[in-house]
Amino acid sequence: MSTIESPDVRAASSATPSVPDASGRFGVFGGRFVPETLTRALEELTQEYAKAKSDPDFQAELDELLHRFVGRPSPLYHAKRFSQQLGGAQIWLKREDLNHTGAHKINNTLGQALLTLRMKKTRVIAETGAGQHGVASATACAHFGLPCVVYMGAEDVRRQKPNVFSMRLMGAEVRPVESGSKTLRDAVNEAMRDWMSSVEHTHYIIGSVIGPHPFPMMVRDFQSVIGKECREQCLTSIGRLPDTIVACVGGGSNAAGMFYPFVADKGVRLIGVEAGGRGGTPGDHASPLTFGAPGVLHGSYSYVMQDDDGQTSDVHSISAGLDYPGVGPEHSYWKDAHRVEYTSCRDDEALGAFDFLAKNEGILTALETCHAVAKAAEIAKTMSPDQHLVICLSGRGDKDAAELARLRGQEW
Amino acid sequence: MTAIDTLFEKLRASGKKALMPFITAGDPNMDFTAKVLKRLQELGCSMAEVGIPYSDPIADGPVIQASYTRALTNKIKLHQIFDRIEQDRNTLTMPLVSMVSYAIIHRQGPEAFVESAKQAGFSGAIVPDLLVEESTALSKVCRERDFNLIQLVTPTTPPERALRIAQESSGFLYFVSVTGITGERTQLPEGLVDRVGWLKSRTDLPICIGFGISKPEHVRLLAPVCDGLIVGSAIVRCLEGANRSEDEAIASASTLVKSLLEALG
Repeated sequence: MSTIESPDVRAASSATPSVPDASGRFGVFGGRFVPETLTRALEELTQEYAKAKSDPDFQAELDELLHRFVGRPSPLYHAKRFSQQLGGAQIWLKREDLNHTGAHKINNTLGQALLTLRMKKTRVIAETGAGQHGVASATACAHFGLPCVVYMGAEDVRRQKPNVFSMRLMGAEVRPVESGSKTLRDAVNEAMRDWMSSVEHTHYIIGSVIGPHPFPMMVRDFQSVIGKECREQCLTSIGRLPDTIVACVGGGSNAAGMFYPFVADKGVRLIGVEAGGRGGTPGDHASPLTFGAPGVLHGSYSYVMQDDDGQTSDVHSISAGLDYPGVGPEHSYWKDAHRVEYTSCRDDEALGAFDFLAKNEGILTALETCHAVAKAAEIAKTMSPDQHLVICLSGRGDKDAAELARLRGQEW
Repeated sequence: MTAIDTLFEKLRASGKKALMPFITAGDPNMDFTAKVLKRLQELGCSMAEVGIPYSDPIADGPVIQASYTRALTNKIKLHQIFDRIEQDRNTLTMPLVSMVSYAIIHRQGPEAFVESAKQAGFSGAIVPDLLVEESTALSKVCRERDFNLIQLVTPTTPPERALRIAQESSGFLYFVSVTGITGERTQLPEGLVDRVGWLKSRTDLPICIGFGISKPEHVRLLAPVCDGLIVGSAIVRCLEGANRSEDEAIASASTLVKSLLEALG
């Protein structure tokens, strides 16, 4: 890992939870880089979200849904066998995979669906990569009776078929996107274009901490239930805060939700794991924080993979959910403020972690999450058995079974 | 004063309106782009808008998106666009304005971008993903270098905000006719003429209308209330066949442009 920071650097970090500012800036990152057509809707959303946030009824309704519909709180599970096999730190898994719909994405879609109703908008659109956000959007929309259109790259439609089927079962319309690299980035473009024309009656439920203000802040807040619960659960189960927390980062919503409540706890080491793909050559990975530079993509200023002209580069990851050239602006802020360390994990390492967790713990883990598991295993080995490491187990792996079989030339 | 400022001063003095075709740079190559620009000038277009291809254009419909993709597939680079336009600086006398994503400007740095654009012969830039709130830095660079930063007003822009945008814009104000992406429309939205008229009575800045305009009847309807009309997708679609026959493509675009100029009077 090239980015390991000493505890001293972390302690001196200027990162604060009091971001973004009124213009949506996390330090220099974030902001709003979108066509004027969307401004009024973004302003309306910002205002409505601020009202909702201070409205006890809104919070109570969301909490109730998260409890009875999603099944929260998700367990913090001590993976004893996994820990023993590695012989290092005690490993704890924050089981977001046990949520209804099998990932953390539902935390955000229910919140945004409630906002859609508050704003009296009558239609929802969403983008999806791995399909988890698409399924979570379809679920929230079915729950509230809202029509839902999900844009999904044609390549992702192929590699995440089970999720496509689930979305359709719940009444959502899945529109395959044939432009560009036919992955998450193109799905975001298409959803934005839809929104350009439909903005007056449609809400765009962005699935990650990306996009123009207020999305990065709002999605982080909705996902922060992960970190808040985890913090309490650590205090109860371990008797103190963990030493290290690891989460995978594509756009970065599970990581943002997990890390945010720990930002001020400088003693807790936070590690984000990007998709290292086939290696460090441009085009072979999806690691903007590791290899990219600050630039503008999809409405915000953040680290991004671009060429010298500012054209977005093609990226690669075995996992559709991490196959994205950009990252949420708050992650860029945490990186530059030395609060979170970012590293990357190759496709083959992630696949190895999938098998390891399946065989040693009986958990099928989403390929996205496997990136965090692989790096966490490496880090745990360097720690002592009286130390504690938490992995955000952001999603379950059933959706990947068919793609894994294909990659391995096996029947499914 | 930029060439755009001078143009609108002249047009206003003679009671005339501008026709501003949009074409994509490097679709399929810069020699063709240069040839089309010359032809547009010969036909009597007042100025032209040159689209700098971008990989993720969220304000553009399928026709312009596809043209950007063709140009980028042919590996067009920003410096090639600027170099080729500069070559024709002496013969290409109509003002040129670039349509360019802020992603590209940021990557070059605002100063570097404006300097090379100006050097090439551009008089201004339209940056469709740069809101007035985010435009302070670029706006300053443009002012210092006598380069126009053309801002956009849309049907979703509240009136007070439209006035603020008009104040910050230079060269002209780009009035987006529809709530949506670029592309030809059979019908333009109701109330468009009134909305443009309202703004026109409150600003001295020339106003040009774009998005969805493709037919002589659109031009006849809108010309009286504005200073110019921008036609993009309809022209880009005529030029699409350029890989097969350049002359045919240019002839087809010329027929369209002639009919629009005629309607402009």
